[in-house]
Amino acid sequence: MRPGLKFLYHIRLGSVHMYTQALDSCGTEPPSVAPAGEAERERQFQERIDRDEKIEPKDWMPDAYRQTLIRQIAQHAHSEIIGMLPEGNWITRAPSLRRKAVLIAKVQDEGGHGMYLYSAAETLGVSRGELMAQLLAGRAKYSSIFNYPTLTWADIGAIGWLVDGAAIMNQIPLCRCSYGPYARAMVRICKEESFHQRQGYEIMLTLARSGTRAQREMAQDALDRWWWPSLMMFGPSDVESGHTAQSMRWRIKRFTNDELRQKFIDATVPQARFLGLSIPDPDLRWDEASQHYASGPIDWGEFQAVLKGEGPCNRERLAARRAAHESGRWVREAAAAYADKHSDHRTGTGPAPGYAQAS
Amino acid sequence: MNEDWALYEVFIRARSGLEHKHVGSLHAADARMALEHARDTYTRRQEGVSIWVVRSIDILASDPEEAGELFEPARDKVYRHPTFYSIPEEVKNI
Repeated sequence: MRPGLKFLYHIRLGSVHMYTQALDSCGTEPPSVAPAGEAERERQFQERIDRDEKIEPKDWMPDAYRQTLIRQIAQHAHSEIIGMLPEGNWITRAPSLRRKAVLIAKVQDEGGHGMYLYSAAETLGVSRGELMAQLLAGRAKYSSIFNYPTLTWADIGAIGWLVDGAAIMNQIPLCRCSYGPYARAMVRICKEESFHQRQGYEIMLTLARSGTRAQREMAQDALDRWWWPSLMMFGPSDVESGHTAQSMRWRIKRFTNDELRQKFIDATVPQARFLGLSIPDPDLRWDEASQHYASGPIDWGEFQAVLKGEGPCNRERLAARRAAHESGRWVREAAAAYADKHSDHRTGTGPAPGYAQAS
Repeated sequence: MNEDWALYEVFIRARSGLEHKHVGSLHAADARMALEHARDTYTRRQEGVSIWVVRSIDILASDPEEAGELFEPARDKVYRHPTFYSIPEEVKNI
């Protein structure tokens, strides 16, 4: 056996415990790397990034790169899962069968997006159970936006238009992120996300352009409440953000928080104008010199408070997530018991009835 | 927290005539559940006409560190490509 085939790796396990050593009797340790070698590997790694090469799960990567990605992808996944709650709140009260079908499809998409992202995080060596446990224990962060309540039907329009709009603005550059599995998940998500934004704007159009006076007021009220939290979705200002410079060097991020926020404002202000609604920012004005909208200061105190758990719905969201997890427990147990009982289907002794052999 | 269900890799044939292509992964208690979850997770927009699922643990993958040894020997065998051979222009259909 050539030494090159000494290590047979199981696909997808992170490097921390990815060695399944086979066919080799003279060593059980993974190849150890001296500190000097480490620096050299980091240099080579950065060169790969600079050449715009994608990093794949089993490639060598600095531990800080791995940990940054786990943190970012996990937060992103949790946001998708918690994000199902404020909208799920309106499924039973959607004003028509069409709106209800659309909202169900959208919420189901968010669940799917969470699944893609958890899978991407798992390629870095963290387990699904661990991520879920962190979320349920309240130890994981998710987007602050989902800690605001959905008080009226117009909020469903505003979320699709603004929250999904901001998410798309954030996510499009992530499709080119240096980590392959994250980039591929984002391509899929961005494709699906664009209907989310359009259905939201359509709800706003219906309320604001062809609705009654009360409906127009409802649309304006939703914009008033969702505008600032949507701007906060891009994260702290560049001068405050600790991770931005390193993440940009690693090409995890391609634009700074403030650049993306500005892009969002520039895109959204004319959309609000078309609706005949006004943006709740007295300082908002077109700046001829920079060819961008200038806007007023963001209340970062509110942002920090919501992140710390003091938003209007933090406790409610986690309680709902925990209740859903607990009430699904018997289903998981039944499925596991069933699988154990029929374990010959899983151990390769033959396909279960009704399965075609892959060929 | 229960131990995670087994990880499955999902492959989808977009339409007849195309090969199955890896699209992602998911956890499931057994193969049937993996197929059902794959359908819900990866084919919500008619992305496929056929699904394969295979337990991730059953896939053996080559090691990127050994990519040189595995793939570089093919680099100096350019005579495996048709453009290696020069044929006079007046010769047709070759």
